[in-house]
Amino acid sequence: MFETLILILDSTVRLSTPLLLACLAGLYSERSGVVDIGLEGKMLGAAFGAGAVGYITGSAWLGLLAGIGVACVLALIHGFASITNRGNQIVSGVAINFLAIGLTGLLGQTWFQQGGRTPALPDGGRFENINLPLAETLSGVPVIGQIYSELLSGHNIIVYMAFAAVPLTWWVLFRTRFGLRLRAVGENPAAVDTAGIDVIWLRYRAVLICGILCGLAGAYLSIAQSSGFIKEMTAGKGFIALAALIFAKWRPGNAMFACLLFGFLDAVAIRLQGQEIPGIGEVPVQFFQALPYILTVILLAGFIGKAIPPKASGIPYLKERT
Amino acid sequence: MNKPITTQELETTAQPAIELRKINKRFGPVHANKDIDLLVKKGSIHGIIGENGAGKSTLMSILYGFYTADEGDILVDGKKVAIPDSKTAISLGIGMVHQHFMLVDNFSVLENVVLGAEGGANLSVGLASARAELKRLEDEYELKVDPDALIEELPVGLQQRVEILKALFRGAEILILDEPTGVLTPAEADHLFKILEVLKNQGKTVLLITHKLREIMAITDTVSVMRRGEMVATRQTSETSMSELAELMVGRSVLLNVDKTPATPTNKVLEISNLNVTDSRGVRVVKDVSFNVRAGEIVGIAGVSGNGQSELLETIAGIRHADTGTLWIDGEEIDLAKNPLDPAQMRQRSLGHVPEDRHRMGLVTKFAEYENSILGYHNDPIYSRGLLLDIAKIKELASGEIEKYDIRPPNPLLKTANFSGGNQQKIVLAREIERDPTVLLVGQPTRGVDIGAIEFIHKRIVELRDAGKGILLVSVELDEIRSLADRILVMFDGKIVGERTADADEGELGLLMAGVEGETK
Amino acid sequence: MSAGQLPRWVDYGLIPLLNLAAAFLVSGLVVVLIGENPLDAVKVLLWGSLGYGEGFGFTLFFATNFIFTGLAVAVAFHAGLFNIGGEGQAYLGGLGVAFACLALDQYVPWWVTLPFAILGSALMGAAWAFIPAWLQAKRGSHVVITTIMFNFIAASLMVYLLNNVMKKAGSMQSETRTFEEGGRLPFLNDIFPGFGFDYAPVNLSLFVAFLACILVWLLIWRTKLGFEIRSFGANPTAAVYAGINPVRIIIVTMLISGGLAGMMAINEIMGSQHRLLIDYVAGYGFVGIAVALMGRSHPVGIVLAAILFGMLYQGGAELSFEMPAITRDMIVVIQGLVILFAGALEYLFRPALIRLFSAGRSPAAQAA
Repeated sequence: MFETLILILDSTVRLSTPLLLACLAGLYSERSGVVDIGLEGKMLGAAFGAGAVGYITGSAWLGLLAGIGVACVLALIHGFASITNRGNQIVSGVAINFLAIGLTGLLGQTWFQQGGRTPALPDGGRFENINLPLAETLSGVPVIGQIYSELLSGHNIIVYMAFAAVPLTWWVLFRTRFGLRLRAVGENPAAVDTAGIDVIWLRYRAVLICGILCGLAGAYLSIAQSSGFIKEMTAGKGFIALAALIFAKWRPGNAMFACLLFGFLDAVAIRLQGQEIPGIGEVPVQFFQALPYILTVILLAGFIGKAIPPKASGIPYLKERT
Repeated sequence: MNKPITTQELETTAQPAIELRKINKRFGPVHANKDIDLLVKKGSIHGIIGENGAGKSTLMSILYGFYTADEGDILVDGKKVAIPDSKTAISLGIGMVHQHFMLVDNFSVLENVVLGAEGGANLSVGLASARAELKRLEDEYELKVDPDALIEELPVGLQQRVEILKALFRGAEILILDEPTGVLTPAEADHLFKILEVLKNQGKTVLLITHKLREIMAITDTVSVMRRGEMVATRQTSETSMSELAELMVGRSVLLNVDKTPATPTNKVLEISNLNVTDSRGVRVVKDVSFNVRAGEIVGIAGVSGNGQSELLETIAGIRHADTGTLWIDGEEIDLAKNPLDPAQMRQRSLGHVPEDRHRMGLVTKFAEYENSILGYHNDPIYSRGLLLDIAKIKELASGEIEKYDIRPPNPLLKTANFSGGNQQKIVLAREIERDPTVLLVGQPTRGVDIGAIEFIHKRIVELRDAGKGILLVSVELDEIRSLADRILVMFDGKIVGERTADADEGELGLLMAGVEGETK
Repeated sequence: MSAGQLPRWVDYGLIPLLNLAAAFLVSGLVVVLIGENPLDAVKVLLWGSLGYGEGFGFTLFFATNFIFTGLAVAVAFHAGLFNIGGEGQAYLGGLGVAFACLALDQYVPWWVTLPFAILGSALMGAAWAFIPAWLQAKRGSHVVITTIMFNFIAASLMVYLLNNVMKKAGSMQSETRTFEEGGRLPFLNDIFPGFGFDYAPVNLSLFVAFLACILVWLLIWRTKLGFEIRSFGANPTAAVYAGINPVRIIIVTMLISGGLAGMMAINEIMGSQHRLLIDYVAGYGFVGIAVALMGRSHPVGIVLAAILFGMLYQGGAELSFEMPAITRDMIVVIQGLVILFAGALEYLFRPALIRLFSAGRSPAAQAA
């Protein structure tokens, strides 16, 4: 029983990682007042970039860099549309998602001729799992040793980066000048402007950080969790991350727990597929798949606290004419 | 041209804190600032007065780097400067308190004060030193406020104080205040004036933008008058009078004489009893209000903006909910708390409503004129044929109104946003008056409206009265109330604090509006 | 960007055309990038979608889907609502069509089934829009987010139903049994053999779609409800002042929008597939966003935009056959670019055009 739990939790960590990175990405963007429903597309683009470059160069790090590059380009398109051009941010996000699906499929086929996949990564093209010190030795120790060696140890570097990004984000947001300004611009851009701060540049920086984190999330999918890019491999994870962001009420600590919860649901669903739960019977896997969305809707309905987005989110900033 | 300044002059006259030369600013076809010259003496309180839309705010926004002037020079402390953004303005020692506060509601006072002047990337260090500096400023300028309070929990007066602290924290030597008393209670306004005196005594320069003559007379040393984008005069406050300033502001003698005969009121058409209203912040804004309006009279509600008049009008119109209160319209009793009627139902009871803010409420500016001519009355069967709206008929009726109210350009198909302020107001007025309402609510009928249209609008309102209708007029312009109303109710802090006849003394009304009860001065 | 600075024909004609041209220009660059000649590609695309009866039939078939989903998005736009849930609503609409067809197909002819299918699809689509609508109206939860969530919930629900509840006995496929004659709409090829639509599945739903366009036009511009919807969309405060109930408008508009999205299933399920199956919506709900944006939320514009996207879908299929390097993903790219340029970047050319046109106008005209 305990071992099953460890296994489920272990896969929870793996499944939560891309959600967490994308969720934090969305957090930076939306805290600055730029709504982003294009997380999915940026992740997908990054996964493709990472998979392609990882395959060609045989270097996971170059792959990661490429993934981040792709996500940042898409983020800049979103920024240009919604910050500079003051376009509709939802529409822009939808466009980014389409572009990512289409371009990854099209270029994947053109370059690799494998129906949109990238070929399996060569050695060094993939981030390998890292065994923490003493993991082997401690694996015999009951409970604590198992937790250490099975649950905490043996993940790839991006997993650790994702979880390290949580306190880092908290620190940036609440303990730095940049964070103060970021939070302010998402609430009242006019206040930021009159304080002599460049609203446009501030928002662009937020959008770029969003791109970097989406890049990590996407690269995780194609060159850490799997060994190569598969067509449409994000499969809605960007939207679950968005749901988690709302669920977390736009706070970094909450974001981690929301992503772990949604990852856990996913892990349980995989585990329980086709199995009977005593007293309940077989729970359809689709129920678990839908649960994150259902929970978020319930939250939005105001039944579990109230999710209040940053006040200026979604509204382009325009100096008012007197 | 740059006049050469002799050394003697330099010694005798203090260097001006600000000098503007031939400032011009256009927004598309609108010439908001025309060849503006201005000299502001250091260590003085300099008022700039003008009607809404005279270009005061635009000018100050140019000075604060929010807009850049199309032409002209700005001199700060005698040096010619360019102010491309607010950052530059701040570095030149210019601070601004905006009409709508530039504060982040869910931030603390301290966070708001340091925003943009954090003093380093690490926030903790900056916040700690800012806390000490804030304490010093509090003591020096008597500006008490809890640094850890959230803005959204502070009353408006204190929020404004935070804005002043923000400017001082950035080392402002010149402080611009844009219509600072618009949102303040008289007591808060008095307190603000005391603060401004302290600032002046400490050597700061204050620029006070307002359209209220009383404030100019009370606090400023010098006053400049703007009218329609131009700077028309500058006077020493001690050497001018309210009437002179008023004349300069509007370009002619100001007490708008409305041609009207004494009212002959008959039966009550609107009666309000024991009305209490709470706003969305949970603050009670209308308190125990009772009054009536009779057919054939204009009842004016005077008061400083934000004393519950807006909420009173909206509650009567059915837009807002009341905590308690009963309303009788044309004899029918309506319990405003238990069985309130919505705006459509109130209209069916022949209540017209010209709202205070035509852009926000009275019009859908995206619509063509003819569509706005039925807004709120679109369910009237005369506009429908079967299931569908009778567009041809609506246009025809709209054309009639356009002719009758001299709305220009006379085109019912034109988008409403493309009409001038005065013509937009006429569209609203025509719509509401032409339904021949038993009771008409009118809020700020001439705000942002040109002189010609003001006269026209006043005439129409009086005509409606003479046709035996009851009119409830709310205006923050005391002159308007005095020239239109047959009876004047004064509202202060949500209560009706007095009733006067139309020929009441202006000073007495002013005292009532300021919440000072009692005898005439 | 205030309106009214440009003549109407620029706002409603030139700007959409420029936006579209930009989208196609970038698409052409993508084609160059993958080593093909864009002009050849355009030739293939045009021939494949318009050049012969069957191709044109397919174009119209796809266009039918897009008219429904485009109208759905447009109606919501008029109330200032962004219904991004057309995908899920259309999916559920299929359920309504399937209920009607499975219940009636063995007993009555298609023209008896059709009204029930329309009603069923609209009801189910509307029902799926109801909860997001209610949450927006009563709780202020943003309809964009909730409709996205409902797309995913719909997908899970339909997979479950088709696997566990409605599956044809003894089949491995996640789909219902195939409808009998009474559950199939006539193909246009059978009604108008002269057009040579051959095997193209374009069917009678095309006319249902046209009818929907006319009804939507009447609703929005000629009824009191439409007046209220537009008032609320343009200025909610003024709408309340005018006695318009926001809760009612939000819910009613979303129900109409969801219903229209659901009706897409008539074309796909009753008109072509003749059975309910997994993933049949295939992103058509999202295409509705592009169609509504390009069509400026006007039924005429929507029909034109729907036909354009129909051409892309059909011509794109032809293209991937003739020029294998250009896979069907190219359509998705073009779609993304159209949404980007016609939607998110709609103001891209405005400032330049305003400068161009205000330079030409006399000062007197400006002062007016």
